[in-house]
Amino acid sequence: MERTIDLVNERIRDGNAVVVTAERMPELVAELGEEGALAEVDVVTTGTFGAMCSSGVFLNFGHADPPIRMERVWLNDVEAYAGIAAVDAYLGATQQSETRRDQYGGAHVIEDLVSGNSVEVRAHSRGTDCYPRRTVRTEVSLPDLNQAVMVNPRNAYQRYNAAVNTSDRVLHTYMGMLLPNHGNVTYSGAGVLNPISNDPTFRYIGAGVPIFLGGGEGIVIGEGTQHSPAGGFGTLMVSGDLKGMSAEYLRAATMHGYGVTLYVGIGVPIPVLDIETVRATAVTDAAIEVDVVDYSVPERSRPTVRRVSYAELRSGRIEIEGEEVTTSPLSSFRRARQVAEELAERIASGRMTLALPTRRIDTTRSARPMREIAQGPRVREVMDRQAFSIKGDAPVTDAARSLLKGETNHLVVLDAEGRLTGIVTTYDLSKAVLQPERARLVADVMARRVITTVPDEPVDIAAQKLRRNNISALPVVDADRHVVGMLTATSLSRLIGRGRE
Amino acid sequence: MKLIVTFSRKRGREPVIAQVVRDTGVLINVERAQIDSHEGEALIEVPDEACQLVRERMEALGATTRRLDRTILFDRNECVDCGACISICPQEVFSFDEAWRLTVDESRCVLCGKCVLACPHHALSLQL
Repeated sequence: MERTIDLVNERIRDGNAVVVTAERMPELVAELGEEGALAEVDVVTTGTFGAMCSSGVFLNFGHADPPIRMERVWLNDVEAYAGIAAVDAYLGATQQSETRRDQYGGAHVIEDLVSGNSVEVRAHSRGTDCYPRRTVRTEVSLPDLNQAVMVNPRNAYQRYNAAVNTSDRVLHTYMGMLLPNHGNVTYSGAGVLNPISNDPTFRYIGAGVPIFLGGGEGIVIGEGTQHSPAGGFGTLMVSGDLKGMSAEYLRAATMHGYGVTLYVGIGVPIPVLDIETVRATAVTDAAIEVDVVDYSVPERSRPTVRRVSYAELRSGRIEIEGEEVTTSPLSSFRRARQVAEELAERIASGRMTLALPTRRIDTTRSARPMREIAQGPRVREVMDRQAFSIKGDAPVTDAARSLLKGETNHLVVLDAEGRLTGIVTTYDLSKAVLQPERARLVADVMARRVITTVPDEPVDIAAQKLRRNNISALPVVDADRHVVGMLTATSLSRLIGRGRE
Repeated sequence: MKLIVTFSRKRGREPVIAQVVRDTGVLINVERAQIDSHEGEALIEVPDEACQLVRERMEALGATTRRLDRTILFDRNECVDCGACISICPQEVFSFDEAWRLTVDESRCVLCGKCVLACPHHALSLQL
């Protein structure tokens, strides 16, 4: 049986369309079979509700009298991009307030506006013949704006890798708080309800398709930024009128230690026109897999700890290295379900009809990394090539003599094979003075947990280690833990001189 | 019943909690303690019926006690049921019900405060 979009819309208008959420499809197919489900269902609705940083709103304020060309503009102290026409601006969700930092940002302004609150607008201009005014300060609420159009460059990720932290300190990331030593796992995404996961070949999700956005009516513009469907990470660029949206489905948030973001509710309806759509929308959480990646590695390609399905993640616990680890979603499944149900209700009641894409979205693309023309400085370029060393079985007095020469503040302690086993500073020797009976040898007083760097490490990362651990030197080690140099505050100062050359 | 016990260490290092356990026979569960050179504060859990007795003994030993009726304060209006708090809580205070709605079991809370930072929506705060 073939069904056309016109037939589906006719049934919607007549109030006869059968609309179900994507969560219901697996059981329907199990119950009725694929052909039976095709005969039964006209539309499948999807939904997702989670942190979507790449969101924002185009605002038009109307002209002031005398008129101003707003060059820089702030809403409640959050700067919006005004490098467009005179009284237009784009307010990005993650932009932070200049006074309230990460406690208030673009997302909060958006939430305030949809909640009916007024916001303070400030703008500067250098003044021109046609726009003589230099400053303006006023208060506006949503009805005062000619347009408030949400345009989100990258929303509704098809899936998102889960996060874990194998280091020994807490990490604060956009994936939430990650406890040390894989103490927890966080993940994001609606799995079975995710829009693209229910149409992974983009047969019905494409430019011009009407959607549910933030509680109002939206539209798919096309592929989102970073769209990478080849690896299963498709994204959508979407738009909608903010004036029709609600704070129920647009919520400002702060990820501690990361910053402001906006939780957005998006739902895409999928017309069930053929058996392939039935199969695609029957996808289950068990079939949608992601990697659990280690956020303690400060590189673009973070190592994968294991692969899991959304079914495992949503069970609340997964196993990592033989241990049960608790999982936390960051997106709300309950609200994703509400989005899909609300969208189903709008369609079933005839308030919203469907459309086929006016242009198909690429299904083969992979996002590329940034092209960098110069590599940032590496540890090997600035480190001291000489490291002063001592053996662990040497008396502490030897270490004191060596440090007193004034050539270094840190002695690396080596074992018989010349490998790093500890580090000694004047601080450790002071402790030895206080407990002479217990501290006779270097090995008795040295710090055994040595934070190190490697020659290829970016200097930025090494500097972060110094700062975070409140230490002043890092031994530079090779793969066998032989010390090949030292990175100290003095070595870092070489970078400053180099920058001026 | 949860109690916050504050004791000054100026008067020496008397083991107030241990003393009270011995004197009263009440088993006190120390859920959290923060003790520095001159002051200490502990969060303890005692059976409801023994609460008055424990408080009297502690006060007699120079400690001050305060009943903690609430622990973590949960603002349902701010919560979006994301669950970011679930995995960072050492006490399993948070969980989902069958409808994926967040449920909060205040009685398990030991006031560590991790969830206050972890909640993206400022829905959690501590009663101190």
